[in-house]
Amino acid sequence: MKIGVCLKQVPATDSPIKVKDAVSGVDLAAVKMVINPYDEFALEEALKLKDAGIATQVIVYTVGPADADARLKDAVARGADILVRIDDPGLAAADSLGFAKALAAAAKADGVGLILAGKQAVDTDNAQVPAMIAELLGWAQATECDKLEVAGGGFKAWVAAGGGTRDVLQGSLPAVISTDKGINSPRSPNIKGVMASKKAPVAVKDLAALGLSAGDVAAKVSLKAWGAPPPRPAGRILQGAPAQVAKELVGLLRSEAKVI
Amino acid sequence: MARYQGLDFYNIDAQLTEEERMVRDLVRKWTEDKFVPIIEGHARAGTFPTHLIPEIGEMGVLGMNLHGYECGGMSNVAYGLACQELERGDSGLRSFVSVQGSLVMFPIWRFGSEAQKQKYLPKMAKGELIGCFGLTEPDFGSNPGGMLTHAVDDGDSYVLNGAKMWITNAPLAHLAVVWAKLDGVIRGFIVERGDAGFSTPEMHGKHSLRASATGEIVLQDCRIPKDRILPEVRGLKGPMSCLNNARFGISWGALGAAMACYHSSRDYALNRIQFGKPIASFQLVQNKLAWMLREITKGQLLALHVGRMKDEGKVTPEQISLAKMNNVDIALQIARVSRDIHGANGILDEYPVMRHAANLESVYTYEGTHDIHNLILGRWITGISAFE
Repeated sequence: MKIGVCLKQVPATDSPIKVKDAVSGVDLAAVKMVINPYDEFALEEALKLKDAGIATQVIVYTVGPADADARLKDAVARGADILVRIDDPGLAAADSLGFAKALAAAAKADGVGLILAGKQAVDTDNAQVPAMIAELLGWAQATECDKLEVAGGGFKAWVAAGGGTRDVLQGSLPAVISTDKGINSPRSPNIKGVMASKKAPVAVKDLAALGLSAGDVAAKVSLKAWGAPPPRPAGRILQGAPAQVAKELVGLLRSEAKVI
Repeated sequence: MARYQGLDFYNIDAQLTEEERMVRDLVRKWTEDKFVPIIEGHARAGTFPTHLIPEIGEMGVLGMNLHGYECGGMSNVAYGLACQELERGDSGLRSFVSVQGSLVMFPIWRFGSEAQKQKYLPKMAKGELIGCFGLTEPDFGSNPGGMLTHAVDDGDSYVLNGAKMWITNAPLAHLAVVWAKLDGVIRGFIVERGDAGFSTPEMHGKHSLRASATGEIVLQDCRIPKDRILPEVRGLKGPMSCLNNARFGISWGALGAAMACYHSSRDYALNRIQFGKPIASFQLVQNKLAWMLREITKGQLLALHVGRMKDEGKVTPEQISLAKMNNVDIALQIARVSRDIHGANGILDEYPVMRHAANLESVYTYEGTHDIHNLILGRWITGISAFE
């Protein structure tokens, strides 16, 4: 079975993000780009299934310009087999649904039996693409999975069910599963992998190659404006004897902050 | 403390290839996650974390700039970057990797027979076999050509006698590349653990490189088969070519130690409040931090340029001498100033700075002392050797 992994490059979470202005978005010029951390879990899960002999090939998909190739090379250095980058001017203004259509078409064309993706990307935190891919393909889905078993044409996925509980979903393949933290510890590439990545080709596909048009991926959601989050209000420092302050703090945490 | 980010004031990153950046980042991540949390304990105990050797092998840093025989085949710049990240952890860790790759794997790769390469290099690249390098003797440090260790041709074997000292990895080693005189000519020999008459007593009482295994090599009528001589080299140029590679790695490694000290100093200065404000707001402290930034940035440019020349096969030993001498010198000074910025806290192993300062005292002296590198440059300038 071939496994497809959706991988997005995002700004490193410790990079300082500046909004240029309300129209043109954030300034990414000096920002370090990394693989979306939740996608690292998806990639690792796919590589583990390959190590276990369940997957025969791990195909990594990304949507974006050529600078995303470095992230794909990182994936191949860890053990992925085939790299596909979907790049088309028509996708420049696409939304989650447009990306999902492109990714679904690419994975379907390659005949993958399972698609793994991070539960969300840490840049815009939409968390929509995996579920959309499943719907577009008519496949089973499990989202926010932190434990996965794949065997005999089916899967068992442990997913967050709110309030600290988990549902165990059972389904048949093909399926789309989105990964949460806790599912595994992503491996680092080693130097042999880095050397192999040097020669690994990236297959670049445009919308036409996927049987899609710009109209198919046109945004249904429009972005109104960019802005920085409001500054955090100043903290309050309690003064007094430690015993007194501790009591006051517990009271405030309960009555004002309502966190205990 | 914030996650370590390195220091790249002149955007030197842009001069690196994608593969070089990937290697730097993977070694940085491993050092941060696996090594930094345990180093102080090992430095206190005076032990090398041997349990990490399989992971170091798996990473691929052992012999990573050698080609073939399951070695990494990376550029010298990539090797330098790996040294930088390892030494940001501890000079003992970088020493372990330098000795294995530059001082043991390199001479086998460069001067060994095909059978020797096949036998040792793949296992050494994986860390399954550990090597050490025996050149320095108790009475012959800067003057290795005067060595007393010698070999005698005895029919189907060589018999070695002598003693080597200050040998990194000796207590752990499965094999040693030992330099000894055969009929008055310096030759390289591979001695294996288990050879009769070969022992490696550990040296104790070090105030520096505490997380590194240092020992002697004692050869007492040590008999080895004839196929253990390195066939392709005669004379001092054999060991010197190894040292050249190791010195290159050190010129990068020292920057890693310096960057660790800079990073800790900046964090400390921003968080330490005196007279109602962070000490980072005082001009004297800013001056020290600015000086560190200046010297590290210059050292980075030096290391990268030497690395690119080495990748083109155009670097001279003198150019490597200058890089080793300069970068270790500034790293040692930075570590001392860093200890000063940390005040009394600087002497505690809650912070890495005193450990780096103590380590760098060794690095300043080994692989050609600071003074000897000056004399190498003096000879290049004047044509007159002050030491021969």
